[in-house]
Amino acid sequence: MKTTIRQLPTASVPVSVVSKKKMTSKIKQGLVIGGFLAPALLVYGIFVLYSIVMTFYYSLFDWSGIDNSFEFIGLQNYIELLHDELFWASLKNNLLLVFSSLLTQLPLGLIMALLLFSPIKGMRFFRSVYFMPFLMSTVAIGILFTFMYDGNFGIVNRILGLLGLESLQRAWLGNEDTAIWAVIATICWQYAPFYMVLFRAAIVGIPEELYEAAMIDGANSRQRFFKITLPLLMPTIVTSSILSIIGSLKYFDLIYVMTGGGPNNSTELMATYMYEETFTNFNMGYGSSISFSMFLIALVITVIIVFSEQKRKGGS
Amino acid sequence: MAFIKKISNMPLYLLAIILLIFTGLPYFLMVSSSFKSQLEFMTSPWSLPKDFTLESYSVVLSSNFLRYFGNSLIVSAVSVVIVIVISAMASYPLARIKFKLNRPIFILFLIGMMIPIHTTLIPIYLLTINIGLYDTIWGLIGPYVAFAIPVSVIIFTQFLQDIPAELEESAKIDGCGQFRLFWKILFPLLKPAVATVAIYNFIHIWNEFIFALVLTNSKENATLPLGLREFYGEFSVNVPGIMAALTLGSLPLLLVYFVAQEKIVKGIAAGSVKG
Repeated sequence: MKTTIRQLPTASVPVSVVSKKKMTSKIKQGLVIGGFLAPALLVYGIFVLYSIVMTFYYSLFDWSGIDNSFEFIGLQNYIELLHDELFWASLKNNLLLVFSSLLTQLPLGLIMALLLFSPIKGMRFFRSVYFMPFLMSTVAIGILFTFMYDGNFGIVNRILGLLGLESLQRAWLGNEDTAIWAVIATICWQYAPFYMVLFRAAIVGIPEELYEAAMIDGANSRQRFFKITLPLLMPTIVTSSILSIIGSLKYFDLIYVMTGGGPNNSTELMATYMYEETFTNFNMGYGSSISFSMFLIALVITVIIVFSEQKRKGGS
Repeated sequence: MAFIKKISNMPLYLLAIILLIFTGLPYFLMVSSSFKSQLEFMTSPWSLPKDFTLESYSVVLSSNFLRYFGNSLIVSAVSVVIVIVISAMASYPLARIKFKLNRPIFILFLIGMMIPIHTTLIPIYLLTINIGLYDTIWGLIGPYVAFAIPVSVIIFTQFLQDIPAELEESAKIDGCGQFRLFWKILFPLLKPAVATVAIYNFIHIWNEFIFALVLTNSKENATLPLGLREFYGEFSVNVPGIMAALTLGSLPLLLVYFVAQEKIVKGIAAGSVKG
């Protein structure tokens, strides 16, 4: 009995049932897709997407964050920001960080990666030590380097003394002119190994035959580097540059630990300025406008890089 | 001939050793001063320790250090597990199923890699207060997971795309549901990707600073980076003590690194190259 009842519909009205089945399978498919994506979309949606929208919303208010003052002022915060010298100074420092990162971390990372492919012995050892800075927490690095830059007993002054360069000795982080450079050098120490890893992975991927063929054609090592290695590393250089630029625009930890933006705001970055305005001075509305500006700047730069890269790819 | 070859490699060795000193010296100074007594550090701060003492380590270990260490361990482990589960799931339809919103959703996740976390700091701070998780280590997990999703989804998607489709089809013919199919058949094949995602995110979360700074307040709920800063304030005259704390704080990642070197290196490359 049971089996006949079950079989009956499919046998007698196949067309409508099939389309119905198709429908239900489509719904089923949708449910599967939704089910798999839901947890990630939920967490990402709340903490990233919703938060960005809310940051913009808060930036439209004059709001301390601690009392009930919550006054809508439109784009007033942004107008104020445009006339805020401290914001421009911090943006300038961020841009300084961008350029110095590109000019130090990437080349240094590339040199380290290339060295690891040279015939030097103990490559594993060199590689391990080169990579270690990347594994230390930024806070630990900040504290360690603060001691190294110390004016009285710091190793930097000690080394300068040994080299007979006493005239250069100073309290590196206490000096308005040198503090930013001392921090930049530290950031370079921290991140060069990261780019070494990226470049090393890319170099491993270059087919050996290319070099063999070039050697047969009589190309010397310099030609092999500029005609084979460098062009094939281009995608990695572009990616590294994007990462370096974005990283430099949102840099915070090391400055916060080492100088707190001082002396006399000489090392202030957008992120440290935003933190101070929001959580020290309790200008949550104004702090939000700084945060949202950081987002816009990062977005614009990313879009420019991605588009110019696609143009470059399309052109060649 | 061998002699000549050695000479031609000399500049390379020289460069390699200069870079070795550049990268290694700060580490070396940190570890070596942690074995000094305070007196010895005052008199000769950067020379090798003459009489090794573990005093600084016992001071650090008898303080709040283990608490900070434990907090970091819990937060990192829980966050990493959640990231793995939900990112692997999200990657399944993105890598395997054709649907209208496939590409837009993938790009939506990708954008996350470019967003400065500071842009989300204030709303997350307020949200954490409102849901009663302010100044708890649990309040950190949400943002940590959220910001680990983009890179994890990218890594999982790439791995999933390389697994042959036939595998799934034959399982489907055998009447396997899609959820079971994913967890029983595909997920076990993702082991290398899981390792990559786990290590990559563990390094970042272990060292994360600004969310911990903003979302917690009391010492009991401080993570290791906050704890190190705490030491720096408290011990400011006891430099060997600070150095011992920094050394102990760096130890876990160094250990992970020396155990799983290749995996870490691959993970970082995989996590970044497609960014």
